Amino acid sequence: MASSIRVRATANGDITEVQALIQHPMDSGFVKDAKGELIPPHFIQELKFACNGKEVFVADWGPAVSKDPYVKFSFKGGKKGDDLKISWTDNKGGSDEITAKIA
Amino acid sequence: MTTTTGPHPTRRLILQGTASVVLFGLGNLAFAPARAAANDKYPEDAFKQKSEADAIKALYGKTAEPSEKVKLDAPEIAENGAVVPISVTTTLDKVTSISFFVAENPNALAASYRIPDGTMPSIANRLKMAKTTNVVAIVEADGKLFSATKEVKVTVGGCGG
Repeated sequence: MASSIRVRATANGDITEVQALIQHPMDSGFVKDAKGELIPPHFIQELKFACNGKEVFVADWGPAVSKDPYVKFSFKGGKKGDDLKISWTDNKGGSDEITAKIA
Repeated sequence: MTTTTGPHPTRRLILQGTASVVLFGLGNLAFAPARAAANDKYPEDAFKQKSEADAIKALYGKTAEPSEKVKLDAPEIAENGAVVPISVTTTLDKVTSISFFVAENPNALAASYRIPDGTMPSIANRLKMAKTTNVVAIVEADGKLFSATKEVKVTVGGCGG
């Protein structure tokens, strides 16, 4: 199965810009389905980014983050070819991770 | 003096009661900053708070002051409340976390980001908004909280039917 995480990390001098897009329903628990029943909450709670094993960014999310979430940030210290590991866990115990190379 | 022995136990009880209340209050105060400083665990409690003020208190244990050094970028009008692009950037130093609140969502806290040393205090993400309301970004810098607020008009809400 293809990874739920798509990431683009580009080093520009000392600064690495990271853009990540994750496929996830991010159900808030307030939305009803076609039958009028509430769809139970299902959302990513923690999303972590680590560059060469060092944590560079952690997101704590609630259900108010949009479906198929997108996030962008930049950090110092990464360079071309470095490993960037991205991992998430959701409220139902689901998780996924991917290791990308900084371009 | 023998007649005054009656009121004494009562007064002692009252004093003891006051003392324990004071201790309890201090205990709470001591706990709040510790929790904010730990800053390494998913803030389950803060995400459950309904109002923005309660969520800020649960997350940081203190209040924020508005600052022009926090730049919040959000659309004037969001046609689709399910996907509202919001970003924040700041010129403040020693930023340790940035959080986003949507005032009138069922739960105000939307997202909170931990910023380790070396990471830029600049984040873009997409949030859901139930209706027209204020979006608040809070930046924690050098142990203090700074905020920026912007009202976003929502045409179609993104928090359910």
